[in-house]
Amino acid sequence: MFEQTTTKRETMTTNSTLFQRTKVRVTDTVQATVPVDRVIQSVALTLKAKRLAGMMKALRFEERPIPDPADVPLEEIDVSNPFMNRQGQWYPYFARLREEAPVHYQPKSPFGPFWSVTRYADIQAVDSNAEVFSAEPYIVLGPPPFNAEMFIAMDPPKHDVQRRAVQGVVAPKNLKEMESLIRERVQDVLDNLPTDRPFDWVERVSKEITGRMLATLLDFPFEERHKLTYWSDTISGSADATGGTTHQDELFPAAVDLARNFTALWHDKAARRAAGEPDGFDLITLMQTSEDTKDLIKKPFEFLGNLTLLIVGGNDTTRNSMTGGVLALNRFPDEFEKLKADPKLIPNMVSEIIRWQTPLAYMRRVAKRDVHFGGQFIRKGDVVLMWYVSGNRDERKFENADDFIIDRKNARNHMSFGFGVHRCMGNRLAEMQLRILWEELLERFDRIEVIGEPSYVQSNFVKGYSDMQVQLTPKPVREQTPVRVEATSGA
Amino acid sequence: MGTITFVEHDGTPHQVELEDGSSLMELATNHGVPGIDGDCGGEASCGTCHVIVDDAWITTTGTRTDLESQMVEMSPECGPNSRLACQLRASPALDGLTVHLPEFQM
Ligand code: HEM
Ligand code: FES
Repeated sequence: MFEQTTTKRETMTTNSTLFQRTKVRVTDTVQATVPVDRVIQSVALTLKAKRLAGMMKALRFEERPIPDPADVPLEEIDVSNPFMNRQGQWYPYFARLREEAPVHYQPKSPFGPFWSVTRYADIQAVDSNAEVFSAEPYIVLGPPPFNAEMFIAMDPPKHDVQRRAVQGVVAPKNLKEMESLIRERVQDVLDNLPTDRPFDWVERVSKEITGRMLATLLDFPFEERHKLTYWSDTISGSADATGGTTHQDELFPAAVDLARNFTALWHDKAARRAAGEPDGFDLITLMQTSEDTKDLIKKPFEFLGNLTLLIVGGNDTTRNSMTGGVLALNRFPDEFEKLKADPKLIPNMVSEIIRWQTPLAYMRRVAKRDVHFGGQFIRKGDVVLMWYVSGNRDERKFENADDFIIDRKNARNHMSFGFGVHRCMGNRLAEMQLRILWEELLERFDRIEVIGEPSYVQSNFVKGYSDMQVQLTPKPVREQTPVRVEATSGA
Repeated sequence: MGTITFVEHDGTPHQVELEDGSSLMELATNHGVPGIDGDCGGEASCGTCHVIVDDAWITTTGTRTDLESQMVEMSPECGPNSRLACQLRASPALDGLTVHLPEFQM
């Protein structure tokens, strides 16, 4: 599937033979200096220790029909069920919680007890208060497969230092430099789509474009980009962490592979720069040219944590927004007509897509002290989930919140990127990526029709799709007019 | 009751009527000043209303609070006069105020 769409772009790709060569050299020489194998070893030990300590329950989930929310006693409601989204039950459950128990306690979920905060204003208040609500030690409901050092799960001041060191790669200034490369790669994907039969949009468009974007961001060998997607899916699909389908035996090899590849990537880049290759706009170059991070490889946990965070953070979020946007325009066909009549609505529509989709359902916090909140008494150490997926449908904030309205006035107020110090670092990249996709789609296609129903991912964290069949109708050739929209500061 | 001037990064000025009690973020977004998003609606929790107060005015407006620092100091364009426009209330005392916009919002 990849070969089909990549042939034209060979000139822009990282030289893979060089990469292979460096990899060999790296494993020869670097083991002495860079403790990557120590990292891997420690991951293995942590996993083993956790298993021995009974900390990893190895959760497995079996799908059963979820009753309607009205038929369940309030105190038994468990919105962490990883099949909620697939069965279309999240929204009705959250509607009930927002009305009857906006700060709700679930005492005995498979992941342990947790609070749910479901109203827009309350979520914003929790997210903005890092002093009381800590993002440590992790931001998914259950324990993640291994403790990579990621600043998304660190409190200030440590968080701020680490974020500042890497955020330049997705800062708007750098994005301007990357925009044309990202656009070319999108165009290439779209130009190779079939128009004579339905195909899986998730695989051919959403995954493919996101994989290319991540490869661009890291200057990762282009032909190996599916690895980025694989690692990211494996990590965020952990059953114990999010109710997904990845189990422990798959996690370890993925972690090893990731650690080895990213370490090789660093040394490959250093070698190429030493050989006189001009500096690019990718993350590794950025790290190697910045005083604060030029030796980051000597702190392998932090180095790997930052790279892992970027691929996990940028992967299924953007991917599911690409699928969700098409689905939304099919559910609300008048909006597609509105869009075709006025392509200048694309930037605002991008925000509305991200609101309507809410790719990450929640972030987790832990109360650092006893606190009265929303009429409830939350104790020190309690787990609190901020359900963005609910806040984005809160009628107190968004009129007709369940409707997809591409010119919605306050679409940018959505909470899909979170608020406060952890507010999504990749938000401008995500917006740019989606804006480019829709500009290029409108130039090419008259209809983008969803055939049947999409399949939904099993997870209580990632709100996404595993398959969606789409039939494209190309525009009649003579009608093609450029619809490129000037970027506002927002996109 | 007076005006406030928002100067875009490229030097383009935008004069906006001062409305007592509104925040500078609201004034800017209500009048379509480009370069201020105000994504969090004024809760100092998104950092997309970053402005840099003109040197001549910083003693009048005052420097940023800790709450603002948390968000705005993440921006590579943050300087000593950086503030969040949503945390600046318009009042007659600010008649004639000039603020500069960064090249990019976070
Ligand atoms: C539509 C797409 C995206 C959505 C919905 C999304 C959502 C989020 C959310 C909810 C958070 C946590 C916010 C909080 O705790 O308050 C976050 C943080 C983060 N995101 Fe995104 N994200 C998206 C795209 C991206 C992309 C493309 C990247 C990078 C390539 C990225 C990198 C990050 C990073 C590094 C953090 C941690 C920020 C910090 O802790 O300071 N995200 N994102
Ligand atoms: S509007 Fe969000 S910080 Fe000012």
